[in-house]
Amino acid sequence: MKTTNPLSRLFGPNPFSLLKSHMRVVIACASKMSGLFEAVMANDSAVVERIQKEIFALEAEADAIKKDVRKHLPRTILLPVNRSDLIDLLNMQDKIANTTQDIAGLVVERHMDVPAGIRADLMPFVDDCLRVCHQAATIIEELDELLETGFSGPEAKSVSDMIDQLNLMEDTSDESGMAILRALFKYEDELNPVSVMFWYRLIEWIGDTADHAEAVGERLLLMIDNR
Amino acid sequence: MEIIVTYGPWFIGLALLAGLYMTWGVGANDLANAMGTSVGAGALSVKQAIVIAAVFEFAGAVLAGGSVTSTIRKGIIDPSGLEANPEYLVYGMLAALLSAGFWLMIASSKGWPVSTTHSIIGALVGFGIVGIGVSSVQWGQIGSIVASWIISPLVGGTLAFGLMHSIRALILNKEDPFEAARKWGPYYIFLVGFIIALVTITKGLKHLDITISSFNALLLSIGVGVLTALVGGTMLRRAKRDLEAEKDFRFASVEKVFAPMMIFTACAMAFAHGSNDVANGIGPLAAIVSIVGSGGEILQESALPIWVLLVGGLGIVIGLVTMGYRVMLTVGEKITELTPTRGFCAELAAASTVVLASGTGLPVSTTHILVGAVMGVGLSRGVGALDLKMIGRIVTSWIITLPVAGLVAAILFFVFRAIFG
Repeated sequence: MKTTNPLSRLFGPNPFSLLKSHMRVVIACASKMSGLFEAVMANDSAVVERIQKEIFALEAEADAIKKDVRKHLPRTILLPVNRSDLIDLLNMQDKIANTTQDIAGLVVERHMDVPAGIRADLMPFVDDCLRVCHQAATIIEELDELLETGFSGPEAKSVSDMIDQLNLMEDTSDESGMAILRALFKYEDELNPVSVMFWYRLIEWIGDTADHAEAVGERLLLMIDNR
Repeated sequence: MEIIVTYGPWFIGLALLAGLYMTWGVGANDLANAMGTSVGAGALSVKQAIVIAAVFEFAGAVLAGGSVTSTIRKGIIDPSGLEANPEYLVYGMLAALLSAGFWLMIASSKGWPVSTTHSIIGALVGFGIVGIGVSSVQWGQIGSIVASWIISPLVGGTLAFGLMHSIRALILNKEDPFEAARKWGPYYIFLVGFIIALVTITKGLKHLDITISSFNALLLSIGVGVLTALVGGTMLRRAKRDLEAEKDFRFASVEKVFAPMMIFTACAMAFAHGSNDVANGIGPLAAIVSIVGSGGEILQESALPIWVLLVGGLGIVIGLVTMGYRVMLTVGEKITELTPTRGFCAELAAASTVVLASGTGLPVSTTHILVGAVMGVGLSRGVGALDLKMIGRIVTSWIITLPVAGLVAAILFFVFRAIFG
């Protein structure tokens, strides 16, 4: 006689563990930006290319996990949160890695020399944006605890406090973004116009990583509030 | 009458084999499913689970299984039309046992979540319609049994939902969840002992001709509850806070407190299962033994011989040892999502529901109720992901089980009549 096992077939893979593993890869990917821009500042194209390859590999890894999560979320599954909120959260996490990939691609394909006028503002801006990403990653680490408490009580409160901090950090990164834009504007007449255009785009993209990280928090807050 | 006297030992031998086969299947699948939760949570090793299952399954069958056994023996079909041909009832009971066993074998090889309870009821009804007549089937009773198959998983789910919320309010959402768990843990263990004892004493013992007044029953149940809580309390005090594990998961220490609590729910599950599912195998066996033993009397009131219960217990233990341990391991491995707090809620809810059904003489499916209870934990936003397709599979499996088991039983009935006359 073979065995029937309705209980073991009842449980799907925990999507929150998968979200955590996805976010760990995403944050590893985004963190590479720091080394990337240090190498760009130092004009070390060998290091820039090496880091670009690492970023592309991590982005691909994140993509694979993302596809795996979506495969495990058929409509017949009972989740403790809204299914579309969960998918939105996943997409937001993934956008951080995607944007990092775009940034790395651009600095490699179009040898971006850092204009003297924005050298002082670049690294603080990148670091501020990464701080927002790290805060989002720290928040995602709380998913198991949120599940244990059914997205309620003091645990939910502490996560929503962390999300408040996340929003404040994003405000700070916005300010650094404005600072570097002002610096670039001041020198733009002295620079090659095409380079200026690409620098505006690059600054926008770096800022986007922080925006996506903030959106991760917003989506999670929706899950907590949608009870 | 002569047929019964001539072939009596044959009938008993066949019934014994068929009964052993059924109970073996029950032990290999159903009970293993029920115990696998505690194994998975790390509360019990497989060996410990087998010992606990054997002891409490048997206790459940003896102390609280009387009502369901009597339902299977005489609650489904009314044999009063067979006084002239008592051997027909023997054929029918044999046919029902073999048909249910046969169907279980097919269904489980296909991986369908079929219940032994549904199989035996379907088989009995099939034999009743063909062998005695449509009016011999006690349709009112069948109606309430079928209703209980729908209601019992809902009750289990609701209880589990409530328990999960209470654990959150009293323990998980507190400033120091570990201390709160150690404080409230014994009360939850009390509940396990109290509920099982209360239902058993008020509903089950009357089949052993023991009568206890409601007040004394309440006192006795509280006593059993306090005793379990005391034993459990000493185990809980040994749980240590694990700061290293808490870094990774803040509730790691709380789960460590709940792990030993699942030993108690495992005992309760085995007891509940014994009180309900052993009857599927031994109910028909008991009916055959009593007819043969009395030389063809079918309407006498005879007590259930203790050796019949022992056969049932033996079959289940053999099933557990030969195959059930593997089921427990797979269930345990696959349901790591059912952490001790969640597993505790699901098992306590399921065990209480099953024992309550046993007390009222309703044959229900332990596995389905456990599925319902896990769904209840899921609905309280406590589980990562549950596959709702399982509900569909369960419903389909019973819609198929009833007619198939009934049809096979009817055919076997004619086969026996052709062989023995």
